[in-house]
Amino acid sequence: MSQRAGTGGHSGTGAPAGADGRPRPPMRPGGFGGGPHGMGGMMPAEKSRDFRGSFRRLLGELRPERRQIVLVMLLAIVSVTFAVVGPKILGNATNILFEGVVGKQLPAGISADQAVAALRAQGQDRMADMLASMHVTPGVGVDFGALGSILLVLIGVYLVSSVFSWAQAYIMAGATQRTVYRMRRQVDQKLARLPLHYFDSHPRGDILSRVTNDIDNISQTLQQSLTQLITSLFTIIGVLIMMFWISPLLAVIALLTIPLSIVVTLLIARRSQKQFAAQWQSTGALNGHVEEMHTGHNIVKVFGHRDEALETFDRENHRLFQASYKAQFISGIIQPSMNFIANLNYVAICVIGGVRVANGQMSLGDVQAFIQYTRQFTMPIVQAASIMNVLQSAVASAERVFELLDEAEEAPDTTTPQRLRYAVGRVVLDNVSFRYEPETPLIEDLDLVVAPGQTVAIVGPTGAGKTTLVNLLMRFYEIDGGRITVDGIDTREMTRDDLRRTFGMVLQDAWLFKGTIRENIAYGRDDATEEAILDAARAAHVDHFVRTLAAGYDTILDDDASNVSQGERQLLTIARAFVVDPPILILDEATSSVDTRTEVLIQRAMAKLMKGRTSFVIAHRLSTIRDADTILVMNHGRIIEQGTHGELLARNGFYADLYNSQFVEALDTAI
Amino acid sequence: MSVVAAPVRVAAPAGTGDRHRMTRLLTRFLRPYRRALVFVIFLLLVQAIANLYLPDLNADIINNGVLKGDTGYIISTGAFMLAVTLLLAIASIVSVYWGSKTAMAFGRDVRSAIFGKVQDFSQTEVNLFGTPSLITRNTNDVQQVQQVVAMALNMMISAPMMAIGGIIMALRQDVPLSGLIVIIVPIMGLVIGLLMVRVVPLFMAMQIKIDRINQVVRETLSGIRVIRAFVRTEHEEQRFDAANRDLTRTALSVNRIFAVMIPTLMGIFNLSAVAIMWFGSIRVDSGAMQIGNLTAFLMYIMQILMSVMMATIMFVMVPRAAVSAGRIQEVLETQPSVEDPAVPAAPSAAHGFVEFRDVEFRYPGAEHPVLRGISFSAGPGETTAIVGSTGSGKSTLINLVPRFYDVTSGSVLVDGVDVREMRQEDLWRKVGVVPQQAFLFNGTVASNVRYGDPDATDDEILHTLEVAQGREFVMEMPDGLAAPITQGGSNVSGGQRQRLAIARALAKRPEVYIFDDSFSALDFKTDSMLRAALRQELDSATVIIVAQRVGTIMTADRIVVMDDGMVVGIGTHAELMETCPTYREIVFSQLSEAEVA
Repeated sequence: MSQRAGTGGHSGTGAPAGADGRPRPPMRPGGFGGGPHGMGGMMPAEKSRDFRGSFRRLLGELRPERRQIVLVMLLAIVSVTFAVVGPKILGNATNILFEGVVGKQLPAGISADQAVAALRAQGQDRMADMLASMHVTPGVGVDFGALGSILLVLIGVYLVSSVFSWAQAYIMAGATQRTVYRMRRQVDQKLARLPLHYFDSHPRGDILSRVTNDIDNISQTLQQSLTQLITSLFTIIGVLIMMFWISPLLAVIALLTIPLSIVVTLLIARRSQKQFAAQWQSTGALNGHVEEMHTGHNIVKVFGHRDEALETFDRENHRLFQASYKAQFISGIIQPSMNFIANLNYVAICVIGGVRVANGQMSLGDVQAFIQYTRQFTMPIVQAASIMNVLQSAVASAERVFELLDEAEEAPDTTTPQRLRYAVGRVVLDNVSFRYEPETPLIEDLDLVVAPGQTVAIVGPTGAGKTTLVNLLMRFYEIDGGRITVDGIDTREMTRDDLRRTFGMVLQDAWLFKGTIRENIAYGRDDATEEAILDAARAAHVDHFVRTLAAGYDTILDDDASNVSQGERQLLTIARAFVVDPPILILDEATSSVDTRTEVLIQRAMAKLMKGRTSFVIAHRLSTIRDADTILVMNHGRIIEQGTHGELLARNGFYADLYNSQFVEALDTAI
Repeated sequence: MSVVAAPVRVAAPAGTGDRHRMTRLLTRFLRPYRRALVFVIFLLLVQAIANLYLPDLNADIINNGVLKGDTGYIISTGAFMLAVTLLLAIASIVSVYWGSKTAMAFGRDVRSAIFGKVQDFSQTEVNLFGTPSLITRNTNDVQQVQQVVAMALNMMISAPMMAIGGIIMALRQDVPLSGLIVIIVPIMGLVIGLLMVRVVPLFMAMQIKIDRINQVVRETLSGIRVIRAFVRTEHEEQRFDAANRDLTRTALSVNRIFAVMIPTLMGIFNLSAVAIMWFGSIRVDSGAMQIGNLTAFLMYIMQILMSVMMATIMFVMVPRAAVSAGRIQEVLETQPSVEDPAVPAAPSAAHGFVEFRDVEFRYPGAEHPVLRGISFSAGPGETTAIVGSTGSGKSTLINLVPRFYDVTSGSVLVDGVDVREMRQEDLWRKVGVVPQQAFLFNGTVASNVRYGDPDATDDEILHTLEVAQGREFVMEMPDGLAAPITQGGSNVSGGQRQRLAIARALAKRPEVYIFDDSFSALDFKTDSMLRAALRQELDSATVIIVAQRVGTIMTADRIVVMDDGMVVGIGTHAELMETCPTYREIVFSQLSEAEVA
């Protein structure tokens, strides 16, 4: 008999939708049913290092839903019981029909025993045996009353089974979606607690891929496999019980197919696991290549690397093809193999059952019911085999998510934080030392006192590590020695949030998020009034520009698209700092790709912003540097000189050299 | 620099348009595998026949064996049945093999075609779609379609065969009883139809909501410093949570609809069995039908209904695949606006001449041109600088030389030949570009510099790095030339990235160098040293520099001053200081304070 198309059978299982509602065929094992796979170009080879551990942990994520899952199990027991009982009842109906047919053929008026005796007299012992085991009333046809009531019961049974399996799927949908929701939230919250170092050292695409693609993959799997797993297990048990009830001998034969199926499944699954891993790896590699080539589109072309890019693509593409078709094929073998085993079983049942019916040891209805059960029996086994496949890729994804969740977090904020009510902006660095790499000292014994309202200019060649200082002030990174105080309070004695609220930051990469201009300006303060926003925009010289836009302050900014120029973006970030009105400022003067008119605006806006605030400026403009109260000269990640413009020139060291070679020369030739 | 309003492409609902696109996509990319397809379909047919034959054998065993008590018949028929079963298994393994291979080869070819197509795109088309979307289309969308093809080759095709075969077989068993099919199938169809109408729009919504999650997380990652500096972590979490909840809600609705769908179909299915049993019994009792036939009939009906159900479940995937196919076709059917000429002009003997002749350029669909009436020329050994305010069109102008865009009127000539009449490869061989955003490739310092010249020796690389003022910092890296560079060059500073990009262009030794604001991240000292080194190194090359800093361009042989898409002055620094107010304004805005000093 064919189980090929006949999956669901009477077991009422397996919503074919993935947990996020994407439909998947019940019989197609994982990997291919998956939605978006690996966007991160840097995705490492997906191998389940600790399959069991990660699997258990994944199940642990379902703990808050344990009530629902228990309920689903109870419902599953009921729906499986009813679905399993169905064929038995249908078998009874067949029996009644059969008895009616036989009875009709016998002459009316004689008793069943007489009919049996008559058959024996004719030497038809077998027919006699068969007849003896039935409840035949000779001369009377099918008992439609009895048949009708049996069928009514059957209708009830099936309806109940359907309702229960609906309830099961309904509850499970909630349980899995909530679990996936929680996992996504966990990851997002984790991102907020990770030190900046993590983001600086992990490719963005890879982190992104874990939050979206991997969780998506898990979500698709959970709903499908959990419901199926539960129903499959109960169905196997239920069907076995029914089989033993009907015929222990036949049941033992059917039972034999289980170890056989398990062995075959394991053999196949082990091979497919390897191919799935390869498939994922290639998908990741391909993604990485595509992303890189598309991002560097013009460079690839103009440097004549088009063919090379295609070659590399084709090579990886071919690898992906190899792995995916093998994975697909190997998992595809599971079904025909199981079907063949099932059919072996089926024929055995037919032969032995047929003989037993002929011998009168079993009723025809029972054999038919048994055959039904045989089919139902294969179903959950095939399903379990498929689930094993799906789980392999899901656990691999879960592992990547757990890896992220297990990353070391920032040191927690002090439990007894000191609060800075009205900061005046006195910043003191006392004997501060810091290193990114444990072996390479970067900042050693740095002392710096900045009085309220003073300006500190940080200068030095490209890559001198000017942002390191910013990282330390904002506690993006923790210092290794000494202390940094703001208005006398050690920054580690404050919460990070409080500390950062006292700082305003205007960075080189003007980060705006997708939202209106108004929202972007008000980013630092939820309670910013319209008036405050407009004031800030005017102060940052961006009000005029905004008003030239069709939608004004309601213009939607794109996250990385280009509806606002680089210079205007910077002005917006300055406006953003105005709204916050912080006592201390961190500014990056580097104004790449900004035209001179906008540059003037930015310069004016920054000067206005710095007025009356303690400012740390990564300085590029001569005026800023000269007017600074303190200049920190950095090179190779270290502060090598410190002092005012005059002092440093007098020292005739690195700064003096820098100053003379750059500014003076530039001025001389210009005018 | 220039504001390119990228047209927003919203994936249209899977209307007929997408379905037509899907047909076109399938036809085009499955054509090479038509033999394999025919073979697979043949095997599926064999399987269908075998599957349909099995209940027949079963009926025979019951009618001729069990009822007549003929054990020998049961065994011989059983053996035959096993043979059929084996044939079935072999046929399905072979067909799974070819089906998988064909589907995955289809996917491979589509990916390859998309990638190749995008390689031929100009910046205009890349902007039109957006890089992230192109990436998604190249991998994710292909996956969706490929998956449906794989399934079709495994099951979807056999479903109708099984259904039709089942109907024929059922008719053979008993014609009047087959009338039930006419009632049951439409009921199933109705239920499925009703559910589909609700579920398909939800699928569309879900894709958009997954995009939203993607977007929020991407913003969180790229703005992490700002978010923390502004103490907005909580706010960002709320934003994420809103997106997360939204997605969860939609996913839940979809799953709940599916929760209804399967038990309902199963219910109809099972009730059909009951109905057949009842009406069948009446026929059997009246002697119009044998019991064995009824059992077989029941199985055929189950087969038909199961096929219908499987087909349904799979057809649910089709609308989604159709959306993806539509997105793929969109890429494949886009005509690159920049293409090689049918008959390329003969390469000219000249070297390093660039000329703009009355150039006009407007972005597709834009009302006003970005560039108007631009004419000037540059020759070998000369440095031409282009200055002007944001939006004045400087970057756009130089992008016309390597044909990242094509002029909309007038012409750009390289070595006396209109760039549109040259083969792009020939053109690109002549031009070296250092882009505004110095993009580096995953690899090492050396591999990035070798991008310009695959055969460069280490000494040559060191030399180019020396000129680009990059030697010092490279040698300070633990691995020197072999130091790893991450994708995009994110592990080196902005200034280092620019210098490596410059070294890459130098290694190529083109006739024409284009520096698009490539010194912006350098400090003044490095900037001036670099320019000095370049002057020496590139004494016979044509150099075009776009810059913001006056210091960078003052010594140029020719300065082109642009304003609002037009040239407002051409000359040397000294000349322009005399004649060009825009230029003077630029100079004074940068140097005013110094002047006072």
